[in-house]
Amino acid sequence: MQNITPTDTTAEKNIHINQGTDQYLTFMLAGEEYGLNILNVQEIKGWEGATPIPNTPDHVLGVINLRGTVVPIIDLRNCFGLDKSDFGPTTVVIVVKTRSEDNTERVVGMVVDAVSEVYNLNEAAIENTPSMGTVVSTEYIKGLATVDEKMIILLNINHMIEVEVGKEITQLPN
Amino acid sequence: MKKILAVDDSPSMRQMVAYTLKRAGFEVYEAEDGVEALEMARELDVDLVLTDINMPKMDGIELIRSLRGLPAYNGKPILTLTTEGSMESKMKGRDAGATGWIVKPFDPETLVATINKVL
Amino acid sequence: MSMDMSEFLEVFFEECSEGLDVMETGLLNLGNGEVDVEEINTIFRAAHSIKGGSATFDMVEIAGFTHVMETLLDQMRSHEREVTTAAVDLLLESVDCLREMIDAARDEEPIDEKRVDDLKKRLEVMLENKEEGADAASEPEAETPATESAEGPKKGWVIDFYPQPDILKTGNEPYRLFDELRQLGELNVVCNLNKIPDFKNFDPEQNYLGWRLQLITTVNEQRVREVFSWIEGDCDISITPLSDEASARESKADAAPTAEAQAAPTPQAEANAETSEPAPKAETPAPQAAAAEKPAPAAPAAEAEKPAAKKPAKAKKKPSGESGSIRVSIEKIDSLINLVGELIITQSMLSQFTDEFDMSQIESLRDGLSQLTRNSRELQETAMQIRMLPISSSFNRFPRLVRDMSSKLGKKVDLVISGEGTELDKTVLEKIADPLVHLVRNSLDHGLEMPEKRRELGKPETGTIELKAYHEGGNIVIEVVDDGAGINKERVFQKAVENGIIAPDEKLTDEEINNLIFEPGFSTAEVVSDISGRGVGMDVVRRNINELGGQIYIISEEGKGSTISIRLPLTLAIIDGQLVKVGTETYVIPMLSIDESLQINPKLIKKYKGKIDLYKLRDEYIPVLRLHKIFGLQTDVTNFEDGLLVVVEAERKRVGLFVDELQGQQQVVIKSLEKNFRKVDALSGATILGDGTVALIMDVASLIRQHLLSQGKITNTSLEAA
Repeated sequence: MQNITPTDTTAEKNIHINQGTDQYLTFMLAGEEYGLNILNVQEIKGWEGATPIPNTPDHVLGVINLRGTVVPIIDLRNCFGLDKSDFGPTTVVIVVKTRSEDNTERVVGMVVDAVSEVYNLNEAAIENTPSMGTVVSTEYIKGLATVDEKMIILLNINHMIEVEVGKEITQLPN
Repeated sequence: MKKILAVDDSPSMRQMVAYTLKRAGFEVYEAEDGVEALEMARELDVDLVLTDINMPKMDGIELIRSLRGLPAYNGKPILTLTTEGSMESKMKGRDAGATGWIVKPFDPETLVATINKVL
Repeated sequence: MSMDMSEFLEVFFEECSEGLDVMETGLLNLGNGEVDVEEINTIFRAAHSIKGGSATFDMVEIAGFTHVMETLLDQMRSHEREVTTAAVDLLLESVDCLREMIDAARDEEPIDEKRVDDLKKRLEVMLENKEEGADAASEPEAETPATESAEGPKKGWVIDFYPQPDILKTGNEPYRLFDELRQLGELNVVCNLNKIPDFKNFDPEQNYLGWRLQLITTVNEQRVREVFSWIEGDCDISITPLSDEASARESKADAAPTAEAQAAPTPQAEANAETSEPAPKAETPAPQAAAAEKPAPAAPAAEAEKPAAKKPAKAKKKPSGESGSIRVSIEKIDSLINLVGELIITQSMLSQFTDEFDMSQIESLRDGLSQLTRNSRELQETAMQIRMLPISSSFNRFPRLVRDMSSKLGKKVDLVISGEGTELDKTVLEKIADPLVHLVRNSLDHGLEMPEKRRELGKPETGTIELKAYHEGGNIVIEVVDDGAGINKERVFQKAVENGIIAPDEKLTDEEINNLIFEPGFSTAEVVSDISGRGVGMDVVRRNINELGGQIYIISEEGKGSTISIRLPLTLAIIDGQLVKVGTETYVIPMLSIDESLQINPKLIKKYKGKIDLYKLRDEYIPVLRLHKIFGLQTDVTNFEDGLLVVVEAERKRVGLFVDELQGQQQVVIKSLEKNFRKVDALSGATILGDGTVALIMDVASLIRQHLLSQGKITNTSLEAA
């Protein structure tokens, strides 16, 4: 699968493009649709395997070579506690670049089921997260949006990556 | 555009002078000691020379004397960069043939104003 | 200032750093008794530069402090002051203080006010202890407004202006002066043609004119004189009030000198004098004021100290001593550019093959590829060179250090430095600076004996410390050699036993005993005084060296002396690696850590306490680490005879790593794991192999540390007992 950049998959769904509108890339994971700010998306790749890193939590699949830089890949299903699924030719890796609260920048790849669309979402269209039971920890959720009667869970990707990748996790026993 | 040769062994000084004068619309050349300056002055035939006094290889005083020995620089404005209170170096500069002096530290406006006075 | 100075600050700080080094080296040379005027000049110029620059950047305190130093130096170079040891020592101390002030300014941290004031006072005292006459010329003018004649509702001035004939030669055009005067008011000019000679004698470059100028203005005389300030000495000028034409003749007296050599105030003191007025209320005798207003100017001064560049929140502050820029010789850059050029040529040549390729072109393709290999290698070597600096910048601080310390300790030392031109990576250089200081200090403190003792022992009174650096096999070797007392093995052994590092009946070679000093637990204060060997912090030194991918060990002979040897990679970015296969994955083991690789003879494997595998390697037993288990990898190679043992060593501990097979050896570019991920135990980074996949690089020291820890300590003696 060739590398494609977000602009190839742009679809304009919302008519109102005005201030306070951001573009979101959405993807599928176990039947749910999630979205993240497109400014965080660096590229989309196919899954070509990764070099595993010893003594790291399960959701860290390993690292890959991204044009000379070593980038970690995480399994989002595992992060969210969902069942594992087999990786196939349609498995997609979204490479995101994030910035944590203390200004650390990271480039990380996340394995998802499939990439969906790019939507223009108005700030006003984003609702607060109810304290319902979502698969994802609420601290990772920025808000909910509804497009075409679909509910999209918008992720706070900076925070999520910082927790899942950045935080030191104590050594797992052998 | 008028050409100015700025001579000082301190790179940050040279940078500042060059920056200020370039912004004011002059063409600025830099040298870090008297020897280099003399050579450049010969080649470039600048319109004004601005020089520090204390420099290795050839100091400002000697540079000024040498410059005044060049026919092209007869009567051209040459200014020295001196420190506050050093009457001696101001006079030495004048004796050597300098037009006048600018006192360090200077603010950019003063530098440009003084240069405009003589050019 | 309306200009943004931030861009120039970095350059300024670098310049200061160099200037301070120049001053220190120069002062040290002076201290050796040779009074070379040129040397003093060099030191003076450096101080002068720093002063000028700091003043321009509004670093008032630094400028003021440097000014006093400069004055002292000026006196020395004009022979008004003798170059005494006391003066040199004071100046050396001042250089240290100045360095700190500049570092503080760079890091935007407060200065040690007390120290600065203290030193400044001492400098000033030294300055004053000279004859009054010396002060006159070099003192700053006090341009007090008082000298001016009264300002006033005078209508203007009459200026009789007769410049000297050669005034034009210095570029002082009278008309320019008139233009300037015109800006002050209304100017009338009458020219006096009396002095013009006849045509025969007329020299067009000479000035024969004089003028009477009438300036209608409200500015005072001082202001008018300012216009003529440059040519004062080269003209006859008299300025009289407009209404007072009659007294024009007497006006010669007006040529009042603007230079008044007033006693001593330095720029800083002047500022103090001004601000002292409001502060103390009742008592205002000068010394009191000086003391009382310390807090007041300290505050604005400290604020003024904040460099004009207020950088937006720097997320990561640079650790002191590490700068973000490097000076590179232009030849290296040109070389690099040439090689890149060659690379481009090779690339375009190779790209021709992609269009239509058939096997007949295979030879050309091969040639092209080998050329590419050559280009890449040359490019890599040259690029690495760029980050390399001579170790002299680190070695240069030692003459000073040794001088100061030896006099403090009362020991006589001769410091011999060789190989200062040896180059190494800038980052490595910066990181070994502190450890080296530590080692030299130790040699001085604990290695070398007092002169009397040395005499008793039949050694020359003056001890020798050698600092050496040289390249060897792709590494740089740095040695600190002394002819002191050497390591007291007895004491070290005892201490090691006390600290539980070794068992009391342990059999160790002399070398092993000596190198125990690098173990933690030798860093206790009591050890320092007891052992006539090394003291504090050697384990920290070793850790620092290891972190750089290097090694350190000591060779010592009691009574004769010691040699500490440090081996470092030339660059941090690239290492020689041994590729090994463990299961499906390829790992890299740094060659520097590898002792040997061998096939396992299963008969030589012993199990210790049922858990640990030990391999008898000649006359020692080394633990075997099964990498596939440690890294959690699946492999078919689980029997010892099917795989290989790579014997590695770190921190004087040896282990065998059990791997499936050896793959090639190659230079490996280290890619950081921390950049996008985080630090992982037992790994020092990752690299990208020729096939584009990522291979992880093992951190041998960390691996050993972890796994020996979990398995408990095994000593040779306990093994033999098993």
